[in-house]
Amino acid sequence: MSKIYLTYNNIISSLGFTTTENIENISKDISGIEKIEDINLSQTPIYTSLVNTIKLDNTFKKLGNINDFTRLEKLMILSLHDVLTESNVKITPKTGLIISTTKGNIDVLDSSSKFSKKRAYLSELAKQIQRFFGFKNEAIVLSNACVSGVLAISVAKRLIKSDMYDNVFVVSGDIVSKFIISGFQSFQAISDSSCKPFSKNRTGINIGEAAASVLVTSQKENLAPDAVEILGDASCNDANHISGPSRTGEGLYRSMLSAFNEANIKTTEIDYVSAHGTATNYNDEMEAIAFDRINLEKVSINSLKGYYGHTLGASGLLESIVGMQSLYNNTLYASYGFDEIGVSKPLNIIKETTEKPLTTFLKTASGFGGCNTAAIFKKVL
Amino acid sequence: MKLETYISTYCHIRNNKILINGKPFIKDAFDTDFSIFSKKVYKDLNLSYPKFFKMDNLSKLAFLAAECVLNREKTNEDDNIAIVLTNRASSLDTDRKHQSSIQDKESYYPSPAIFVYTLPNIAIGEISIKHQLKSENAFFILDAFNAEFLHNYACSLLENNKAESVLCGWVDYDNEKYDCFMYKVSQIGDIKHTINKLQNLYKIKD
Amino acid sequence: MEALKLELKEKIIEQLNLEDISIEEIGDNDPLFGDGLGLDSIDALELIVMLDKDYGIKLTDPKEGKKIFESVAIMAAYITENRTK
Repeated sequence: MSKIYLTYNNIISSLGFTTTENIENISKDISGIEKIEDINLSQTPIYTSLVNTIKLDNTFKKLGNINDFTRLEKLMILSLHDVLTESNVKITPKTGLIISTTKGNIDVLDSSSKFSKKRAYLSELAKQIQRFFGFKNEAIVLSNACVSGVLAISVAKRLIKSDMYDNVFVVSGDIVSKFIISGFQSFQAISDSSCKPFSKNRTGINIGEAAASVLVTSQKENLAPDAVEILGDASCNDANHISGPSRTGEGLYRSMLSAFNEANIKTTEIDYVSAHGTATNYNDEMEAIAFDRINLEKVSINSLKGYYGHTLGASGLLESIVGMQSLYNNTLYASYGFDEIGVSKPLNIIKETTEKPLTTFLKTASGFGGCNTAAIFKKVL
Repeated sequence: MKLETYISTYCHIRNNKILINGKPFIKDAFDTDFSIFSKKVYKDLNLSYPKFFKMDNLSKLAFLAAECVLNREKTNEDDNIAIVLTNRASSLDTDRKHQSSIQDKESYYPSPAIFVYTLPNIAIGEISIKHQLKSENAFFILDAFNAEFLHNYACSLLENNKAESVLCGWVDYDNEKYDCFMYKVSQIGDIKHTINKLQNLYKIKD
Repeated sequence: MEALKLELKEKIIEQLNLEDISIEEIGDNDPLFGDGLGLDSIDALELIVMLDKDYGIKLTDPKEGKKIFESVAIMAAYITENRTK
């Protein structure tokens, strides 16, 4: 059975326009979350993590006309362009493109948008990206709530294994919009300060925006130094409630179990867990229960939401890429915003960024619709 | 490892008609909107599931098709049935409703009951809850029904032991227009699961 | 107060899409959550929106809702005391 790898990658976020820049900021304990007053996003001030618009347009200018593309398209094109350039992979009929997003160009539905409302169709977004780079195949858009970013890696792996593609470029992204903010506000899920995943005094989520891209491949000869192998992955539903997480962590537990079975390793072989950790009461509690059930309570664990907020369809991929850098740099990054444990099961939260030899990590995500995803990655060396 | 895979049951819902395995399930076509049609189907299926009336149209459509397919088969909670759905409009039909609730400052009242349905995979969640399927699931957006993609993805789930069977479908709802084709794939069934066959089945007319 | 209770029952049925339930089936003192009407966490949030939209009452803590939405009678009393429209 051929091995599948995650290799060249990019993150564009409030913390930088390359993966390296993002990691430099994380290692200096810098968060991209700020208090923003903007009535186009929210009627009240919010804590959020935004990409700098001037920097975005100035960087994008080198690739295309800034007025022809939406904010999300610019983020995704810039991110993917970086990975295509770095990887030097030629686009052939066997090169796939997967786009992971929850809401795509949803901002064009607002009456203030200068773009046609047609642009809100995810296939329109897909066509923009596909045409820009000249991909030969129709882009596959994955929109599976907050697990999309991790699930997109699984999907890429599965399609390579089934021989549909040799290489798959995955680009993920979501922007902060009034649409999203108002919805989460109606759920009373938004924190009135910077989020504090797994903490006693957590008061909800922050929404953030980002784009992240990666090359998924079976070709071992073209791997970046930070490449990882995908050992196992799975995505199981809670079958419990469309918005509330399962009280027993059932779907997440089953996802991890299935991923471990495929990877054929024990939980003791995991060096680091990159949790979902949105900092809502119910989500963090559910995760703690699931991690406890599968005996991961002693493994070093963090949530990166304190740096980026919840970047929705981008979060799973963005956080997997940070995980790759953790392994590459042999560094456990602090779980930003954590103070005192606030879940009913013990967890070994990373309090300070520390160096440690690392080989294998587990990434998890959970979202609306009862979806959960787990994926296990190992350093290639 | 390439498995021999088969389609055991398939269902179409379009033009206010339902076909199961190509045969009319509800004979009369109704010259009416989807909300009345879907209520009629709910009754014809003898459902007693109040949550149905809280769903948005996309979820109702997917839910009813799943009832039609899964009721034909003996299923129980231990069956590992994955769900893979695709469409063109994602949840745009409900997205527009949420947008209209926040467009004006004077009538700014976003509704959580609407917002939760602004994700297409909620339809998968609804089917999972009803049939207690704690299984692999994913929702993809494509420009049109894509037999090759659905075929390959379903096969990869079966070949890698991620599922024993897969409930696949195209479930699109956009501005009162809808189109649904759903089917179940496993190693058991009468119809060979091939890309060609899927293309032909999708196009079936009553 | 009787009129408000009736109005609330109508609104609860309509806004929470309780298709199979009639006004007569909701007693003034019946618990709204739990087994009774099969309401869930999204319904509770939806009732918070209703308080804001129709009666000008803003609840910022969902826990507050828990007490207020115990029954139609308690809701009606709370609205009478706090409504701004």
